[in-house]
Amino acid sequence: MRNTTENEELKYYKSVALLSIICILANQENLFNNYQAINQRFHIMAAINLTVNGKKQTLNIDPNTPMLWVLRDHLNLVGAKYGCGIAACGACTVHLNGTAVRSCQLPVSAAAGSKITTIEGLSEKGDHPVQKAWIEHDVSQCGYCQAGQIMSAAALLKTTPKPTDEQIDNAMNGNICRCGTYLRIHAAIKTASKS
Amino acid sequence: MKTEKNTIDRRSFLKSTALAGGGLMIGFSWLTSAKAASANAVVAPVELSGYIKIGADGVITLMAPNPEFGQNVKTSLPMLIAEELDIDWKKIVVEQAPHDRKYGGQFTGGSNGVRSAWRSLRTAGATARQMLIEAAAQIWGVPATEITTGAGVVYHKISGKSAPYGDLAAKAATLPTPTGLTLKGVKDFKVIGTSTKNVDGVKIATGKPLFTIDIKHEGMLIAMITHAPGFGLKLKSLDDMAARKMPGIKDIFTIDTYAEGTRVGGFNATTFNNLVVVVGNSTWEVMNAKKALKTEWEPMPGAVLESTVTQRQKMEEMSKQQVNAARKDGDPEAAFKSAAKVIERTYTAPFLAHNPMEPINFFANVTADKAELAGPLQAPGMIESAISARIGIPADKIDIQLTRMGGGFGRRAYSHYAVEAAVISQKMKAPIKLVYTREDDMTGGVYRPHYTATYRAALDANNNLIGFHVRGGGVPESAVAANRFPAGAVDNYLAESWTIRSNVTVGAFRAPGSNFIGGAEQSFLDEVAEAAGKDPIEFRLELLERARTKPVGQRNDYDAERYAGVLKLVKEKSNWGQSKPGISRGVAAYFCHNSYVAQVVDLVMVKNEPVIQKVYNAVDCGVVVNPIAAANLCEGGCVDAIGNALFGEMTIKDGRPEKSNFDKYRMIRHKEAPKAIEVHFVKSEKDPTGLGEPLFPPMFGALANALYKGTKKRFYQQPFNIKERLAEGKPAV
Ligand code: FES
Ligand code: FES
Repeated sequence: MRNTTENEELKYYKSVALLSIICILANQENLFNNYQAINQRFHIMAAINLTVNGKKQTLNIDPNTPMLWVLRDHLNLVGAKYGCGIAACGACTVHLNGTAVRSCQLPVSAAAGSKITTIEGLSEKGDHPVQKAWIEHDVSQCGYCQAGQIMSAAALLKTTPKPTDEQIDNAMNGNICRCGTYLRIHAAIKTASKS
Repeated sequence: MKTEKNTIDRRSFLKSTALAGGGLMIGFSWLTSAKAASANAVVAPVELSGYIKIGADGVITLMAPNPEFGQNVKTSLPMLIAEELDIDWKKIVVEQAPHDRKYGGQFTGGSNGVRSAWRSLRTAGATARQMLIEAAAQIWGVPATEITTGAGVVYHKISGKSAPYGDLAAKAATLPTPTGLTLKGVKDFKVIGTSTKNVDGVKIATGKPLFTIDIKHEGMLIAMITHAPGFGLKLKSLDDMAARKMPGIKDIFTIDTYAEGTRVGGFNATTFNNLVVVVGNSTWEVMNAKKALKTEWEPMPGAVLESTVTQRQKMEEMSKQQVNAARKDGDPEAAFKSAAKVIERTYTAPFLAHNPMEPINFFANVTADKAELAGPLQAPGMIESAISARIGIPADKIDIQLTRMGGGFGRRAYSHYAVEAAVISQKMKAPIKLVYTREDDMTGGVYRPHYTATYRAALDANNNLIGFHVRGGGVPESAVAANRFPAGAVDNYLAESWTIRSNVTVGAFRAPGSNFIGGAEQSFLDEVAEAAGKDPIEFRLELLERARTKPVGQRNDYDAERYAGVLKLVKEKSNWGQSKPGISRGVAAYFCHNSYVAQVVDLVMVKNEPVIQKVYNAVDCGVVVNPIAAANLCEGGCVDAIGNALFGEMTIKDGRPEKSNFDKYRMIRHKEAPKAIEVHFVKSEKDPTGLGEPLFPPMFGALANALYKGTKKRFYQQPFNIKERLAEGKPAV
């Protein structure tokens, strides 16, 4: 792999990422794990260009590394949380070109050239309508799931500024809150949609 | 490694809880901290007690003594100080106190936070205020009795003098500590009873580092563990050849959490004492190496590899045997013999994993002579000595910082992971952050016990409840609470309790014991009321009236009037008795953790699934300190209970927990939450009691009773598995 040009390499990693995502969507966990295992055997490092919260940077990193750990361990952005690592809880939700994605299953290679937004970059002063509504409704209990919830909510409102209850239910169903703050989350999204 | 005991003894839990409550009072030392602070008052803000620091700039810092895991103590406990200190809440800073004996037990659990701090923290505020008044009186040469305070300022109205607390703090700190102060009456409260936003709300909404998993430290390595995949198994062989060669890996080794012979039980319990540890530079690298480990496990000598199915069979056998009575009133045998109707039902509930959203993790930096630790701990005071013994560093050289916890629900009272992290850091001679994967966490034991209970009720020809019998037990604990309602309301009463030993570890889980028995009892009473042809609320109120006016026995642990009070309130608020077309309603009421709760659930069945339209809660927990957070906690208790009733279940096969992540372990999700929840607090001047737990148990009953209306089936087994039950078309068990 080392002899390929960067573009080819990128293409390769993007296809890896795509395949990974397809595996997950198709619930083919084993296939996905095998696939990851094969890739890890090569211990490939690659220079990957990233735009995170508007900042361009290049990381020399194993391209399979999930975005979640790139953010948390390498970029010091710890807002996105680890909850399950298998795209089942939503704690790690970030935006990839404005769409909510589970960063624990997004290989960093798949994010190359795209725009990543984390909770830290959602607004400059913490005053995104969703954040404001969250504070107004005093949504949080332990707070651990809330960055993921907020990112899911913000992505929803971007495409659907006035969501129905059902649309909120569907958009937020991937984010688990063990503390049970769902009703406040729902109400806060309604409030944010009015601003 | 051998431990004398590896199950958790509930009795020691209760003892420690009681200690934690009293400890705060005993450990309260004004003089020492005030004196110590006055020596360097020029540079640092003045400490008027361990709880209050006042800067010359006027900034007042209040210490939150107990660890926060979502129950709002980081906000509501400082509110108690602020109330008596008489300050402007908007101008204060709240700091999480580290682990320190001066803060007492610092125990988070048992719905005890506000309850146990109620007097001591208000006293802390009142004492500091009095010292500030005294300081002003001396400086101005006026009698202290002429001085008043308001929003952080001291006033002498007669002379027109005033001074902010910041100007007086240094002087105040040199004065003797006043005693015997009178605290404000409920009617005079300004802070208590006023909705106050979570002090970390903005930080949470903006993704600031708050949790241990967010900690960074220079030179910090990441450590992960692999524990045995099942109870009763130990490591047979380890091949770490491939893993060692993987990038970023520093070391791989095995550790014993506790040294051989350590007495383990209570909160220092561990599930899997022998661990394989992988240490490396980054989380992803360590995760990958962990996956590349080749491990073989074998049964420990004499160990039984248990399964849920075989446990269930044993439980059924035990349920048929007469066991020792935990309480007996009258002549239950005769009552059942003479009964016109006897109703008998059996309820079961599985192991539950706590599944707080933040997986277990802990930070440790152990050097030759000291240890810096930080982590999510519900009971820091109860693990410190175990850490000290294990790493050979005296407790006074161990600094434990408490971080916000991403949930706990009882799990983080069992903090073996703190010991593990310390041992790993000591071995690596480096700061480390131990991180469990979700799988390690979920399969790591300390589950809610596996329970069952069989109830029998005897009705006479006039449908009076003349006999009541509960025989319950579990693996390895029983949930029977012999002195709770309807004990005291029935002439002939018998409670029996048994347990079955197990090597599956269990621990406190939101409302221990009550989290099963409350729902079972309340489902059963619904059925008894129906058999008696009575309205379920009226039926309960009749019994409570009996318990109030002519109680049976001495040890009834509830106040029948307050119990009836919440039932009456929920009846009124839910318009109970008015038919709502298409809506199925169920009611339940329960008393635990010193609070009274009654709930009504309204649901509709859509495609064999319940859509919960509304939950009405009536709650009597004495004075409500922070209404907005209290309501949040109540809502959460309802949602959490509904989730566990419908889906919560950990099964074991051949010693191995069968679910390891949220793909298989179903948690309640956004869509399944009730569409609306109302929380009504009984107006009360009584000292506050718990809220984190009391909402949880009765919801299992209220939901089952509403489901019965909607499906004509009774739900005796948790999780309810409604779809399967309805699809089977089996008659109700
Ligand atoms: S951590 Fe990514 S979805 Fe749970
Ligand atoms: S607030 Fe605790 S998990 Fe959502």
